[in-house]
Amino acid sequence: MKQSIAFWNILLKDMKNYYLKPPNISWGIVFPFAWMLMMFIRTRTVFNIEEVFSGIVAMSILFGTTSMLSVTITFERKSRSFERLLLAPIRMELLITAKITGAILFGIFNSIIPVLFSVLYFKAAVADWTMLVTGIILLSIISTLLGLFISVSAKEVFEAQTYSNFFRFPMIFLCGLFIPISALPVLIQPLSYLLPVTYGVDILKYSITGDNALSIVLDLAFVITFCFILFYSSLFFIKKKWII
Amino acid sequence: MKEKIIEARNLTKKYDDFTAVNDISFQVEKGEIFGLLGPNGAGKTTTINMLTGMAKISAGKIYYDGIDLTKNMKKAQEIIGVVADESNLYDEMSGYDNLCFCGSLYGLSKTERENKAKDLLNIFRLNEAGNRKFKAYSKGMKRKLTIAAALIHNPQILFLDEPTSGIDVASARQIRDLIKTLNEKNTTVFLTTHYIEEAERLCDRVAFLNKGKIIMIDTVNNLINAAKDEHLIEVVLKEKISEKVQFALKLNEEFPYVNCSFKNDDTLNIISSKQIDISPIVNHLSSQNKFIIEARLHRPSLEDAFVKWTGIEIDLMKKEKEKK
Repeated sequence: MKQSIAFWNILLKDMKNYYLKPPNISWGIVFPFAWMLMMFIRTRTVFNIEEVFSGIVAMSILFGTTSMLSVTITFERKSRSFERLLLAPIRMELLITAKITGAILFGIFNSIIPVLFSVLYFKAAVADWTMLVTGIILLSIISTLLGLFISVSAKEVFEAQTYSNFFRFPMIFLCGLFIPISALPVLIQPLSYLLPVTYGVDILKYSITGDNALSIVLDLAFVITFCFILFYSSLFFIKKKWII
Repeated sequence: MKEKIIEARNLTKKYDDFTAVNDISFQVEKGEIFGLLGPNGAGKTTTINMLTGMAKISAGKIYYDGIDLTKNMKKAQEIIGVVADESNLYDEMSGYDNLCFCGSLYGLSKTERENKAKDLLNIFRLNEAGNRKFKAYSKGMKRKLTIAAALIHNPQILFLDEPTSGIDVASARQIRDLIKTLNEKNTTVFLTTHYIEEAERLCDRVAFLNKGKIIMIDTVNNLINAAKDEHLIEVVLKEKISEKVQFALKLNEEFPYVNCSFKNDDTLNIISSKQIDISPIVNHLSSQNKFIIEARLHRPSLEDAFVKWTGIEIDLMKKEKEKK
């Protein structure tokens, strides 16, 4: 009971202090909208929403969550308010779960605008709604965990932002979002399969078009495995680096 | 001996080749105010960090009321409150919300934490600023709210790292009074400070820490008494003495166990290696028609004791701290 009170209040505090701030809400709306518009302008009349749908959803989640979590944690560490959390009698696993839950919800929120816009305005057909929701949730989790992993290494807020971009931009081109992995140079392809986002994007593609590069079971298994690896390795480094 | 609440055994902290804390052992009794004094880099904050679970222990053991901190850190953290050397609450939240949030970290229910937050704002005289954002607080107010946040769950032990450093005189005084009041309510206080006079005023027992080693540990009175090399009584006479040398020599003949000298025309210093019985001296001076206005015993301070045992000049220590 005591642990759940702490969990819920850490989550509420983060939502109130960071994620529900007007600039972040507007980011969650404006960013995906701008991407949709860019695609629309680029393709003009031959706009195939099903082709770009998964890409825009994935980008909105990825760009929202990775930087938000890494920046907020680094900011709290810098201002030393994170020490309060470390000094509280809360299990480290629970504390980190509370911190990432806010970012995961923010990621899910970021995906709502492109989904609604694509389905309601562009009349995009979704092949499997359950898998779309699953994909959005898993991609939000994996992107958030990437943000957590970045925050372990960053000491300053600007470092967190720089590291986030260092990971995100190559990932956009390597995870099969806009260029199919099979079209990439053979030497680079193994790198694509090392990225957790690749599997999340594949789930999204499957949910929209019913077609994907790998089997859906493999995609799900890989994403979940990556989630565990990222969570526990971040936890290991937090204990090692932050409690010196 | 009172019941011990903190026991540190052979604590050591190493950072690669550098030893910040070197094999220190001490006990803190339930309900006492224990002070850790030392210059910059002595290992005070490292010791507090190890005691509160913020730094890993390289060697040694820590027990809280029988709980082994190294094995059950989270259980031990339930009974402690920590005030870091810098205020570390959330800038964007109000004072009241900060206190409620800190209460939730210890599992207090909504009603419990709201009531406790109101009480603490009242005790720390911050009621009017309760709804103001933390970032708008003055340095003294921030310090007070940070202490209040550490008390939200009624900890048995309160750790204070430099509680009055860098704040105004009035706030520092109020914080000292609050520490005393808390201690009267049986909260054990563990504090570090570089203000020796503050430690002398507040602490029951003190440890002098230098270069990661405990040099001395005892009650404030015992440390002061151990620093006494001589006993000095200053006697102020109503009239000025013109023949000072003769007067002092005569007094030395009469009382061979003391040395007399004049500080100025009307003030006499009586010095002895042993404790001085002042009544025969007073009687003698009265019989000589010398009227005494004042006689006061010069007591060494904790600062004298600190300088004696550590060899560190206080002014230098203060300057270093201010520079930091």
